Amino acid sequence: MLAYIVRRIAYAVPILVGVNLITFALFFVVNSPADIARLQLGVKRVTPQMIHNWEQQHGYDKPLIYNGKAHGLETVTDTIFFNKSLKVFAFQFGQSDQGRDISNDIVHRMGPSLALAIPTFIVGIGLNITFALLLVFFRASYLDASGVIACVILMSISPLFYIIAGQFMVGKLMNLVPISGYHYGWEAAKFLILPVIIGIVSGIGSGTRWYRTIFLEEFGKDYVRTARAKGLSEMKVLFRHVLGNGLVPILTGAVVILPLLFMGSLIMESFFGIPGLGAYTIDAINNQDFAIVRAMVFLGSVLYIVGLLLTDICYTLVDPRIRLD
Amino acid sequence: MRAAGVLLLCVATLLLAGCGGPWNDPYPGSPADSNTLYEAFTERPRHLDPARAYSTDEAVFTGAIYEPPLQYAYLKRPYQLQPLTATAIPQVQYEDKNGNPLPRDVSPARIAYSVYTIHIRPGIRYQPHPAFAKGKGGHYLYLHLKRGDLSRMGIQKLSDFPKTGSKELTAQDYVYEIKRLADPKVQSPIFSTMSEHIAGMQQFSKTLAQARKRLDAKEGAGAWLDLRKYPLSGARVLGRYTYQVTVTGRYPQIRYWLAMPFFAPIPWQVDKFYSQPGMDKRDLTLDWHPVGTGPYMLVENNPNLRMVMLQNPNFHAETYPGNGTPAQKKAGLLADAGKRLPFIHKIVFSLEKENIPYWNKFLQGYYDASGISSESFDQAIQVGSGGEANVSEAMKKRGIYLKKVTQPGIYYLGFNMLDPVVGGDSERARKLRQAISIAVDYGDFISIFLNDRGIQAQGPIPPGIYGHQSGCKGLDSQVFTCQNGKPRRKSIQAARKLLAQAGYPGGINAKTGEPLTLYFDTVSTGPGDKSRLDWYRKQFAKLNIQLVIRSTTYNRFQQKMANGDDQIFFWGWQADYPDPENFLFLLYGPNGAAKYHGANEANYSNPAFDKLFDKMKAMPDGPKRRAVIDRMVAIVQRDAPWVWGYYPRQFTLFHGWVHNAVLNPMVSSSAKYLRLDPQQRARQERRWNQPVLWPLWLVAAGVGVLLLPAVILFWRREHARPRRRAR
Repeated sequence: MLAYIVRRIAYAVPILVGVNLITFALFFVVNSPADIARLQLGVKRVTPQMIHNWEQQHGYDKPLIYNGKAHGLETVTDTIFFNKSLKVFAFQFGQSDQGRDISNDIVHRMGPSLALAIPTFIVGIGLNITFALLLVFFRASYLDASGVIACVILMSISPLFYIIAGQFMVGKLMNLVPISGYHYGWEAAKFLILPVIIGIVSGIGSGTRWYRTIFLEEFGKDYVRTARAKGLSEMKVLFRHVLGNGLVPILTGAVVILPLLFMGSLIMESFFGIPGLGAYTIDAINNQDFAIVRAMVFLGSVLYIVGLLLTDICYTLVDPRIRLD
Repeated sequence: MRAAGVLLLCVATLLLAGCGGPWNDPYPGSPADSNTLYEAFTERPRHLDPARAYSTDEAVFTGAIYEPPLQYAYLKRPYQLQPLTATAIPQVQYEDKNGNPLPRDVSPARIAYSVYTIHIRPGIRYQPHPAFAKGKGGHYLYLHLKRGDLSRMGIQKLSDFPKTGSKELTAQDYVYEIKRLADPKVQSPIFSTMSEHIAGMQQFSKTLAQARKRLDAKEGAGAWLDLRKYPLSGARVLGRYTYQVTVTGRYPQIRYWLAMPFFAPIPWQVDKFYSQPGMDKRDLTLDWHPVGTGPYMLVENNPNLRMVMLQNPNFHAETYPGNGTPAQKKAGLLADAGKRLPFIHKIVFSLEKENIPYWNKFLQGYYDASGISSESFDQAIQVGSGGEANVSEAMKKRGIYLKKVTQPGIYYLGFNMLDPVVGGDSERARKLRQAISIAVDYGDFISIFLNDRGIQAQGPIPPGIYGHQSGCKGLDSQVFTCQNGKPRRKSIQAARKLLAQAGYPGGINAKTGEPLTLYFDTVSTGPGDKSRLDWYRKQFAKLNIQLVIRSTTYNRFQQKMANGDDQIFFWGWQADYPDPENFLFLLYGPNGAAKYHGANEANYSNPAFDKLFDKMKAMPDGPKRRAVIDRMVAIVQRDAPWVWGYYPRQFTLFHGWVHNAVLNPMVSSSAKYLRLDPQQRARQERRWNQPVLWPLWLVAAGVGVLLLPAVILFWRREHARPRRRAR
C-alpha cells in the first residue's frame, strides 16, 4: 500500500502543475495585469502612471510566462507565472492583491466553513442512509412509493428556495434563530442550526434515492436470503448486513467529498453571513484577485487528490478483497 | 428514536435560550440595552489608510477614526467648512515667484503661490496603540523589531502587544501624511491631482522613488523610509502646532481637501511600526488597522464578518453643535447642544451581502438604520397625494422614521465627443445630441427604476452646490420649456424635427438611406439590468434610432473609455467637495479621458467653456462667479455632450431610538453626533422578537401522524408469522 500511496503522490505533482498552468492561462486570457490594477485602484482619478506603479509593486510588470529580455534561468524565473504560481507548491500563498496574507485568511475562514459543512455532512449522510434503509424495509408498499415521491419533490426544489423560506419562516416569523450572522465559539451553534437543517433537508431527496438504489441492489443478493433464513429480523438484516455491504459505493461518494468540505458552500455562506471559504473564492474572482484565485484552485486540487486517495484506502478497509499495489 | 428526537429538541431549545434575550438575537454577549450602534456594510472596505481610502464604504470608518484639520458643519446647509483640529479656517496668503507676500486683491496673474498656514489645537492625543508604547527609559518598545521578533513574542494580532501608549498630535504628523501622498509605494489616488497643485510634490515623488530604490537595494524590499528626512517645499512644519501648505497659483479648493481624510495626520511612529518585518504577514498594516485621533478606534477588523469601533478614550473635547434652523430645533436636533461627543460607546458593523436578511434584521430591530432596496420600497414608503415620499404606516407603528437628502452627485448619459457620428462641434452632431436629449426621458427612468429617488437634472451642477439653479431658472431650454413655473420636457415631435435637421429624418441617414444605428457601451450585467437596457432601446426607438447595446466586462469598458473607443455611455460622479469646480471640471477640455487621462469621460472640448473654467475655478462665490457659471452651463446645455440624467436622492430609515440623525453627504461619518436610547431598543426588540413555538408542535404532530402508518406496517412486518407451505 505504501508504494501505491507514494506513486499516487508522485502522479499528483504533474497534475497540480497542469492545473496551475491552466488556471493561469484562463485567468490571464480574460484579464491583463493592467485590468487587475484598474479594479484594485478604483474608478476615481486613476492614471496610467498609477496603474504602472501598481503593477510594479505587485510584481505584475513582468512577462507572463517567458522573459525574452532575460538570460539563462531568469527567462523562466523572472516571470509572473514563476513568481506567482509556482510558490504555491511550497504552500506559500503570499499576499492577496489587496494586501492581506492569504494563508492567514484561509486558516481563519476554514473554521466557519467546517462548522457548517461537517454537521451537514455527517447528519445528512446518517439521515439519508436511515431513510433509504427504511424505504427498502417498506419496499413494494404505498409507504415506499410515497417516500420516493416525497424525495423527488424535495430534490426538485431549488436550495435557494429552502434558504429564503427557512430564513423567512424560522428566522423572521417564528423568531427562533438569527436570520444571518456568525459568532465564534459555542455561540456559533445558534447561527448554524438553520443553515445545517436547510443543508440536510435540501440534500435528503437526492441522497435517499441514491442510497435506496444501492441498498435495493444489495437486498436482492443471496446472503440476505441466508440471513433471513437464519431467523434474523428484517431490521437486523438491513442495518447489519445490507448496510455493511452497501458501504463501498457510499464511500466512493462520501470520502471524496470530505476534503472539499473545507472549501465551503457559496450560497449558504452568502445568505447566512458565515465568513467561510465558499465566498472567498467567488469574491476573489469578482475582484480579479489572481493571488487568491490561484491559491484556492491549488488548494481545491490538492484536497480533491487527497480525497481520491483516501477513498482508495477506505476501499481496502471495507472490502478485504481489494488490495492496493 | 422518538426519545432521541425529544432529547435533540431539548438540547436545541437550551442552546437557543441563550441568556434570556430574544432567541434570534444575532449579537450574543452584547445586551440590547448597551450603548452600541448596530450597522451593516455590504462591501468590505479595501483601504483604511487615509492616503488610499476613497470610496464611501471606507469613508464610514476613516471619517470616525481620522481627523483632518477641517470638517463640515453637521447641521449647516449649504455645506460649510469649520475647524476640527485646526484653531481656525486657514486664510490664504498670496506670494510671488520670489516668495514675497502679495495683497489679497492682487491681479491673479502675479500670484505664483498660495500659502495656507494651519494652527493645530494643543492637547489632542491619539488612540492607545503599541506604536506609541514606551519603556521606562522613554524609548519606544516596539519600533525596533527584527525578523522573528513577532513570532518569539507570540504576536498574531494587534491586541497581543502587551503595552500601548499614546502621543500628542503635532503639525509634523500632518506634514508626514502629505508626504505619504507622494510616496509611490502608497499609491494615493489623489497624487496626480495634488502634484498639480502642491508645490514641489511632483519632484518630491521622484526623489522618494529613487530613495526607495536605494533603500531596497541596501536593506531589502519593504524597509522603512523615514519621510522626515526628505523635505517637501509645499508642506512645511513651522512649529510644534503649526504647518504650512503651499499650492502653485490659486487653488482655493485646497481648503476642501483639508477636510478629507487624505490630509489627516499620520505620525512617523505608526508608519515605522507597520513597516517592520512580519507585520504584513499578520495583516498588521495601516490599511487594516488605522490609527487616529478621532472619536472612535477600530478594535476588531474581520472584513469577512464584522468590524467594531470603540470610543477613543483619548478623544479631545468636542461638543454637539448649538446653531441650527428653527425647523431643526423643532425636530429636536438641537436638544444635545453643547454636550460632549461622542454619545455612543461602541459601533458594530456586520457584513450583510444580501438585501433580504439585511432588511429583515432591520425590521426586527437588530440594525439601527437601513437603506431601502427596490424589493422593500413599497413596504417602507408611501407616496402622498403631493408626490412626497413618507414612511408607511407599518413603519410608523414601529417608530421608524425616514430621512432624505439629495446627494451632491449626478448620473448622466454621455456622448463621446471624439466619435464621428455623435461627437464633434458640428451643427449636425449638436442637433442629433439635442434630439436624443429630448427623447431620453430620465423623469420616466427615475419613476420606474429608482422609485422616485432622484431629481431630473438640467445641468452638471447638483443641488446644494454653488451655481445650481433649480426650477425654471436653471432650465435647459434645448430640452425643456417652462410651464406654470416648472420645467416641462419638449415633445417628441420637437426631437424628431431636430433629428431631421441633423440629417436623419425619421431615423434614416438622408445621405446614405441607411437607418441610424448608435452604440451604447456598458458593463456586462446580469438579468436584473435587462429591463434598463430595454428601456434605453425604447427611448431611442421614439426617434426610430436603433440602439445596439455593447456589453463588455468592466475592464474592457474602462479600456474603451480610456482609448476613446466608446460612443454612448452611462456614468456618474459624486462630489469630492461642495464646489462647482468639482463638477465643471468633468467637461474641461484639458481633462479629457482619451487624450489626457482625466475625468472628462465625454472628451468634451470647447475653448470658450475652457476659458471660462480657468477664470471661474479660483473665484470666490458671489455674483461674478455666478454669472460665469451660468454662461458655462448655457454653453454645455447647448452643446449637449451629456444627456443630463438625474441627481440621486438618498433615503435612509432610522429606528425611533436613534436621535440626532441628519443626512449630510459631506460628513463621512456622522456616528459621533448620534445618540441612542438603548432601553427603548431593548424593549422593542423583546416585543418584536418573541419566539413563536406553536408551528414547531404542529409540525411535530404532523410528522407523528405521518409516521403512524409506518409504525403499524413496521410492527406487522416484524411480527409476521412465516407462511407454511401447503402439504
